[in-house]
Amino acid sequence: MMTAQPGGRAASIPLMGHEVEPTMFELSVPGRSAAQLRTTAIPTRSLESMVPAEHLNPEPLVTADLAERDLVGHVTRLSHRQFSVDLGAYPLGSCTMKYNPKFCDSVAADPGLVSVHPGASAPMVQGWLELLVTLEERLCAITGMAAATLQPAAGAAGELTGLLLMRAYHDANGEQRRRVIIPDSAHGTNPASVTLGGYEVTTVPSNERGLVDLDALRAALGPDVAGIMLTNPNTVGLFEEQIVEIAEAVHDVGGLLYYDGANLNAILGVVRPGDMGFDIVHMNLHKTFATPHGGGGPGAGPVAVSARLARFLPGPRATRVDGRFEWVTPEASIGRMHGWHGNAMVLARALAYIEVHGAPGLERVAQHAVLNANWLRRRLADTLPAAYDRPCMHECVLTATSVKSAHGVRGLDIAKSLLDEGFHSPTVYFPLIVDEALMFEPTETESPQTLEVLAAAVESIVARAATDPESLHLAPTHTPVSRVDEARAARHLIATEDDAQR
Amino acid sequence: MADYLPHTDDEVEAMLAFLGLTSLDDLFAHIPAAVRLAAGAMGLPEGRSEPDVADEFAQFTRANRATASQLVCFAGGGAYDHEVPSVVRALASRSEFVTAYTPYQPEVAQGVLQALFEYQTLVSRLSGLPVANASLYDGATALVEALNLAGGATHRSTMVVSAGVHPHWRAVVRTFARGTGHRVVEAPLVDGVTDWSGADVDEAAAVVVAYPNYLGVIEDMAAARANATRLGGLFVVAGDPVAAGVLRTAGGWGADVFVGEGQPFGTALSFGGPYLGLFAVASEHVRRLPGRIVGETVDTNGRRAFVTTLRAREQDIRREKATSNVCTNQTLMAVTAAIQLGWLGTAGLRQVAVASATGAHALFDALTAVEGVTPLVTAPFFREFAIRLPRPADEVIATMASDGILAGLSVAALTGGPDLSVEGDPSNVLLVAVTERRTQLELDAYVDALRKAVR
Repeated sequence: MMTAQPGGRAASIPLMGHEVEPTMFELSVPGRSAAQLRTTAIPTRSLESMVPAEHLNPEPLVTADLAERDLVGHVTRLSHRQFSVDLGAYPLGSCTMKYNPKFCDSVAADPGLVSVHPGASAPMVQGWLELLVTLEERLCAITGMAAATLQPAAGAAGELTGLLLMRAYHDANGEQRRRVIIPDSAHGTNPASVTLGGYEVTTVPSNERGLVDLDALRAALGPDVAGIMLTNPNTVGLFEEQIVEIAEAVHDVGGLLYYDGANLNAILGVVRPGDMGFDIVHMNLHKTFATPHGGGGPGAGPVAVSARLARFLPGPRATRVDGRFEWVTPEASIGRMHGWHGNAMVLARALAYIEVHGAPGLERVAQHAVLNANWLRRRLADTLPAAYDRPCMHECVLTATSVKSAHGVRGLDIAKSLLDEGFHSPTVYFPLIVDEALMFEPTETESPQTLEVLAAAVESIVARAATDPESLHLAPTHTPVSRVDEARAARHLIATEDDAQR
Repeated sequence: MADYLPHTDDEVEAMLAFLGLTSLDDLFAHIPAAVRLAAGAMGLPEGRSEPDVADEFAQFTRANRATASQLVCFAGGGAYDHEVPSVVRALASRSEFVTAYTPYQPEVAQGVLQALFEYQTLVSRLSGLPVANASLYDGATALVEALNLAGGATHRSTMVVSAGVHPHWRAVVRTFARGTGHRVVEAPLVDGVTDWSGADVDEAAAVVVAYPNYLGVIEDMAAARANATRLGGLFVVAGDPVAAGVLRTAGGWGADVFVGEGQPFGTALSFGGPYLGLFAVASEHVRRLPGRIVGETVDTNGRRAFVTTLRAREQDIRREKATSNVCTNQTLMAVTAAIQLGWLGTAGLRQVAVASATGAHALFDALTAVEGVTPLVTAPFFREFAIRLPRPADEVIATMASDGILAGLSVAALTGGPDLSVEGDPSNVLLVAVTERRTQLELDAYVDALRKAVR
């Protein structure tokens, strides 16, 4: 089975030399230009005739002056200094770097969608509104919820939206609640969003199985608890098996359950947040529905809610009214969460992905993601043990504790060494509750052949920890730059070319 | 069945056998049966092939009328129809940028990191402030982050916001204030310019002015700055980055924080997103900066390298004490903006600003000569202006669409009703924007169509 060559190892990239790439400012030659603008035939006017003198910039702005050929060379060379999922496996746990279908990019590039002004009136954008309504319906079906907002621009914005919805709900019931409960394994965005939502964080510990400690949760609950934020499967890659009991306990004190959808990709078609008792769900479309992450964004973080929360959703929402589509703001809306309608082109890509897969296809996505993660966990069991020795969901958290104590090689060294083998690193040192954590999320789109060479690469690195630990401390060496001095960057901030020249 | 999974049935079987399992369903045996979804119960249609789904999307695109091929765009309001050349589209759609994640491993992310460093440099120069971050979601949420920064820096909670700030941005500010508890006080526009005396407060965390404001007006910046000083708040300038190519910079006016909507730099109209939140600060606020920032450093061989830095501010480390909850930003749009600005060059950026302003002034002169059409305000404007019509603006927009023109935006649609930015009823007020892409022929067609529409 494993005799074919892997398609997910990026060790054949031709990178010539190790010189730095100049910045566009270093490449600039005053007087050069690439821009070609339309001939408007509008009679010229002087800036001075249009703008009062005190508003004109006394020091002309200088950017960079490049010929088009040099701009293309520069940006293309930069792109060759960048790893991407198109190049190779990207098992960055929790970030879900699966293959992004090109088809979804092509529908989003259609001028019939991309050239539309967001302020055009509803009758002129019926196609867009229908697209958004369709996506909302699909997301509600997938999560088991009643209604959704598509405005939040990313997961963290979705979290804050959910917390503001929570607040609006309690306010409408005339209740002042001040705490939100978060497990200690949560993503950092959860507590940061809680603070922005005007609530205090109460952290509950995980038990020895990596799950929420139900007794500790019950002890933390009370009438001042607005709700709980849970990721399920959690950030350790484990399903919270006592979710029904957790939901009951939180609902019993009048709190709401918030589902952090960072790991929704693991349960598509298997179990739905709504059926588990959640009231509010955010989704990271770039994770679950494979929209490209763009090197750090854009994302999109729609929030779906149960029926009792629908009237608080942000507005306006694309809504079907008598066979037409209109913008409608819910009666008790918390307001806008975005300057326009959300990251529309990301939303369009996600819908294309959902439509291609359909119900059985999305279930297979979850099945294969979980299959791959468990295979890798088992395959590496004698090399790097799992932090919790039991079946995982879509990702597995391994620990390098024993390698560190035996050979002084840390998880970070293993992660950096993997770069030299043609793979992106797993997530390191998260979740915080696991010592020397290495979190692998192979995703469903990596083949068994790629998983095997990935596992073999980890094995060989860990073997080298015993014989040649120094080589791991020095890794990576085949990359465009070797390990970078992060402390120096923070100590002496150079955030612009102008800082660099000073 | 269509999908993107590589596994053959034999491979799946072999992998399951390796795990001691017999079916894919066994992988989920630990999930309580009570909450498991029954087969076929999700309520989604079957999957379809790519060409079939393309047909569905063709129905969507056919139902959109406000497309570039059908209507000539004179709509603005923070979203502009600027030139995006083939070269920028080609470079910005390179999959190395498009399909990368956040640069957590700098050794294999120098492409994105250096592009962001170049972007930060450009935003710093445009804003006249020394430090820019690596982007935020959009202009509206960038403004929210500026207010949160000001609240933290001053330990105050009153935010004075000019009604000249885009109505949607003000709405977003109000939504976020539900959580932060900030008190948001709006200062009205009088003849298009902010009347700061209309905001009755004694102190403030921030004073926000839009430059030019959303009606296109070049604000009285000295008065805005003086008001910030009087109230002891940070001076926040929400700037149009195209105008920033020629107007005095935010930093030049004494701003503490600059925010802006970066869509004009290489991002298509995109029905409103993803766009680009520009954010820059004076140096004393660096440690309160929201989101990511890229810094220059060296690798172990002494070669220049780039890395995300000042990480101790961020949510994954500081958790509930972080300066912001932002994690994902708009890196691809920031990279695109850097490429677009590289293409424009010093002269091109200026040319876009001047040509846009020239077109706007030419159209303004022609329109205000039409009987029944009057300027909303007398204040100087830059590349966008508001006119009062003898009919509701939404009707005029609908009528002019049949002549192939997207006439602009109804101010009442933006404000959702009476608003401190417009004296009197906003429903007859039309906001018109002109970019460097509009020609004299298109301006002439606009004037003819409007004349017909208001007759």
